[in-house]
Amino acid sequence: MAHISSSVYTSHVPAIGAALDLGKTTEPYWQPLFKGFEFSQQWLRAHTPDVIFLVYNDHANAFSLEIIPTFAIGTAAEFQVADEGWGPRPVPKVIGHPELASHIAQSVIQDDFDLTIVNKMDVDHGLTVPLSLMCGQPQAWPCPVIPFAVNVVQYPIPSGRRCFMLGQAIRTAIESFDQPLDVQVWGTGGMSHQLQGPRAGLINKEFDKMFLDRLIADPAGLAGVPHIDYVREAGSEGIELVMWLIARGAMADIAGGKPPRVVHRFYHVPASNTAVGHLILENP
Amino acid sequence: MSLDKPYKDVPGTTIFDAEQSRKGYHLNQFCMSLMKPENRARFKSNERAYLDEWPMTEDQKLAVLARDLNRCIELGGNIYFLAKIGATDGKSFQQMAGSMTGMSEQEYRDMMVKGGRSIEGNRSIKEHK
Repeated sequence: MAHISSSVYTSHVPAIGAALDLGKTTEPYWQPLFKGFEFSQQWLRAHTPDVIFLVYNDHANAFSLEIIPTFAIGTAAEFQVADEGWGPRPVPKVIGHPELASHIAQSVIQDDFDLTIVNKMDVDHGLTVPLSLMCGQPQAWPCPVIPFAVNVVQYPIPSGRRCFMLGQAIRTAIESFDQPLDVQVWGTGGMSHQLQGPRAGLINKEFDKMFLDRLIADPAGLAGVPHIDYVREAGSEGIELVMWLIARGAMADIAGGKPPRVVHRFYHVPASNTAVGHLILENP
Repeated sequence: MSLDKPYKDVPGTTIFDAEQSRKGYHLNQFCMSLMKPENRARFKSNERAYLDEWPMTEDQKLAVLARDLNRCIELGGNIYFLAKIGATDGKSFQQMAGSMTGMSEQEYRDMMVKGGRSIEGNRSIKEHK
């Protein structure tokens, strides 16, 4: 059977992608950020999974206002890199895992989560920046990736509790797949940031620290934090953090197993407008 | 009973909810059209004529022409859609975000390098009353 070995959490700021693509990673502004991911790249090379289930959000690229799915699972064989208006990022296309993705869709929908199934979708920086941070600049990504897009653009977005429960259903689905696959679940977005209005530029280090602490040690309690607390404390775009709860909900301790091991923790301000947070948790 | 919208109390912030999305539908879809290079070229060659192809309100068109992003957001725009205008103009997300704060580009960049805008005093409109 397939199993979930680890979960990875990271922000997905577009300027990070631009810094990589334009060769700016050693500039003083960017150097501390990329240094925080050096360990992570070594770790991923040593722990390359068979499949990455990558939770992210689309930023008005694959989805306009014509159709707004709350939860969308990519079941295609491959996904092209989106042109977000600056031209597509010069990164490899994303190879999917249609068999596992379809299996997860079937299982999770029967578990009362009404996913939208997407067979054609370009993937934007929300998905490709985490891959770049964790993999560097390879010719091809190290394994297939199942894109899982969450609506965090048009309010109301799903609650933290809903995301946490969905993660548990995804775990059940993966563990019932009849192939011995090593799967990682990644949660991306955040941390505190606001891109709009006179309050743009908001950063709240105390909130971010609290979020990281509780994501590790008290995820069920953290899942009860209401939307308004994210908006008020972490900024209008900081609400992306609910997506981390999907990945956390998929870890073994939530299903009665042992707590995960914290392999790596990193935090840096700023990347453009945003606080960058990063965690790697391994199941025991 | 009306819907609860506690986020209306967050200062300097407009949450893109279903009501804003309804108001801004054509404005945001105009922005999406700028993802195609040929549309960006047509928009740049005659902005007003391109905007007139869309069933947007006059206020929305004027806000786009003025690149007044706060006004665009008030009229139903969403930052991820409005970013397509910024891309057409060659502006970064940081330049766009900073333009809404009343700060210069350098002041905004410096604020971010120093750790960003503090949460203190920015939690609630009620704090200011």
